[in-house]
Amino acid sequence: MSNDNLFELTQVAKRFTKGKETISIFHDLNMQIKEGDFLAIMGPSGSGKTTLLNLLGGVDQPTEGQITFDGQRIDNLSEGQLAKWRANNIGFIFQFYNLMPMLNAARNVELPLLLTNLNRNERQKQVKVALELVGLSDRANHMPSEMSGGQQQRVAIARAVVSDPKFLLCDEPTGDLDRQTADEILQTLQLLNEKFGKTIVMVTHDPSAAKFAKQTVNLNKGEFVKAEELLA
Amino acid sequence: MKDLYLVYKNLTRKKMRLFLTTFAIFIAFLIFGAIMTLRGALNSGVEMSADNRLVVVHKTNFTNPLPYSYVNKTKAIDGVKQVTHANWFGGYYQQPANQVVTFAVEPESYLAVYPELVIEPEQRKAWLNNQASVLVGQRIAMANGWKVGDRIPLSSNIFSHKDGGQTWDFVVEGIFTGAEEKTDTSYLLFHYKYFKETQSWGGDSIGWLILTTVDASMNESVAKAIDSNFANSNAETDTSTEQAFNKAFIEQIGNIGLIIFGVVFMAFFTILIVVGNTMVLAIRERTGEIAVLKTLGFASIRIFKMVIIESCLLAFLGGLLGLGAAYLLIQGASENLARFLPNLVLDQNIVLQALGYILLLGLITGIAPAISALRLNIITAFNRG
Ligand SMILES: Nc1ncnc2c1ncn2[C@@H]1O[C@H](COP(=O)(O)OP(=O)(O)O)[C@@H](O)[C@H]1O
Ligand SMILES: [Mg+2]
Repeated sequence: MSNDNLFELTQVAKRFTKGKETISIFHDLNMQIKEGDFLAIMGPSGSGKTTLLNLLGGVDQPTEGQITFDGQRIDNLSEGQLAKWRANNIGFIFQFYNLMPMLNAARNVELPLLLTNLNRNERQKQVKVALELVGLSDRANHMPSEMSGGQQQRVAIARAVVSDPKFLLCDEPTGDLDRQTADEILQTLQLLNEKFGKTIVMVTHDPSAAKFAKQTVNLNKGEFVKAEELLA
Repeated sequence: MKDLYLVYKNLTRKKMRLFLTTFAIFIAFLIFGAIMTLRGALNSGVEMSADNRLVVVHKTNFTNPLPYSYVNKTKAIDGVKQVTHANWFGGYYQQPANQVVTFAVEPESYLAVYPELVIEPEQRKAWLNNQASVLVGQRIAMANGWKVGDRIPLSSNIFSHKDGGQTWDFVVEGIFTGAEEKTDTSYLLFHYKYFKETQSWGGDSIGWLILTTVDASMNESVAKAIDSNFANSNAETDTSTEQAFNKAFIEQIGNIGLIIFGVVFMAFFTILIVVGNTMVLAIRERTGEIAVLKTLGFASIRIFKMVIIESCLLAFLGGLLGLGAAYLLIQGASENLARFLPNLVLDQNIVLQALGYILLLGLITGIAPAISALRLNIITAFNRG
């Protein structure tokens, strides 16, 4: 095991049980993600991309196998421990932004900081920095309903990075955006990766989105396949 | 609490819904405050009665008179401490509609039996020394604007003055207050002797006897002794504790307690369902948002608390407004009703009870949605959304 691996998945299996039926998503998944990587995960619908992100993000637990983050096992943490771990280490970016509709942009970005010991003043400072980073300083007081999809996704990115996590997880972050807006969002992610050293895993359907990543892997039926194999 | 802003924003996100639920709770506690106060006013006679005070009335009908000789005969009975008596005057001031409760009493013994009536010593002396004077309760004095030294004509709708007419002229020699806020001070007292000397029928009958026992534990035996003492006379008696007497009097008006309980209970139950249902719907609408908060790292118990706080805030918003409105309503009403319901006060006990119920309402309506928020699984929530 080399030390610059942020994530290591070893012999991970994941099954869902619905009544009598058991769906097996992963049988024996092995994976390493290096610190500073920007990894795109592609693959057909239902191939297990979201399930993989959920495992990486500590939102879900593997049925079998080990997941370590920064050398520490997370697959055996309790729900409460995982919540704390997520708050400290992971920034989430969703396809549909998932902003709180009753909070303005600044208050939305502030949410993860409510889980820290920072006082209101310090929180506001950090929110300001995060909004500047995504180019939305002038929208701090706008409600989500007053913003375009691209702007909302920027707010969501600001929310994901405001508490300075090492790791960003993006599930089809541009799936709901037009080409140009999508490219702007992807450039922002690239910036976060290159200039701020964030390790990013991004699920996408879109090959041109994947081009922004440093590496692309393909999932098919719960297994990684070479891109050439998928194309062939 | 850092999450309070979030709670506040959730509470106020749908203005119309907030208004309607607040209004429902408002109405519930307006009713609660008003009705409990009314009940308190009606019951205060019962509560305020000393527990060693007995009332002796005519057995057949409590409005029938008793012979004066009963005063001394009662004094002679074992366990009796003090005895006094009263006659109903049936008074009104200036016009029949303006009823003033007036009793003709034996002044010294009456004040001895009712130590909760507080009078300044000089006023007490002046009243005792002036046969043609009245001692006025503070509440009724205020309602009529009477002061010490005022001359007030009181008319009876039962008795006639021996000089003709039905009006007696009195001087206000004293004003009594109550030892407690709830002490009834909405009546007048004047001299029994003067009453008998100046009314046209004469006679020496009394309306009823009030006595104290040496100890409350002797109440029952003393009451039995009195009633058996006067058994088979032409004025048989019925002796009961003042509490029981006042209660029986109220029960004649109707079973107020039960009616009040029914109304309050129904109002509460309805509002509980309305508010509870609203909270459940409100939280169900936010399933996705709760899943996001949990994903960001908000602990389940923290979200549980946020929901409970939200429902409690809602309950307190409506409840306190309702109590406030009840207070204003009662303030207004008590000025007009002072004569009939002297103790119309929204007191501390009612407020504390109401606060308890407000909290209970908040907890009950919040608990179910809070538990579902607590249990909400991120993955199933996102799959559903
Ligand atoms: N909570 C769950 N319960 C049962 N089946 C699930 C659950 N989550 C995902 N699945 C199934 O697992 C498979 C992979 O889903 P997912 O990871 O969402 O795929 P992708 O994101 O690549 O489209 C799908 O067949 C889906 O129906
Ligand atoms: Mg997916």
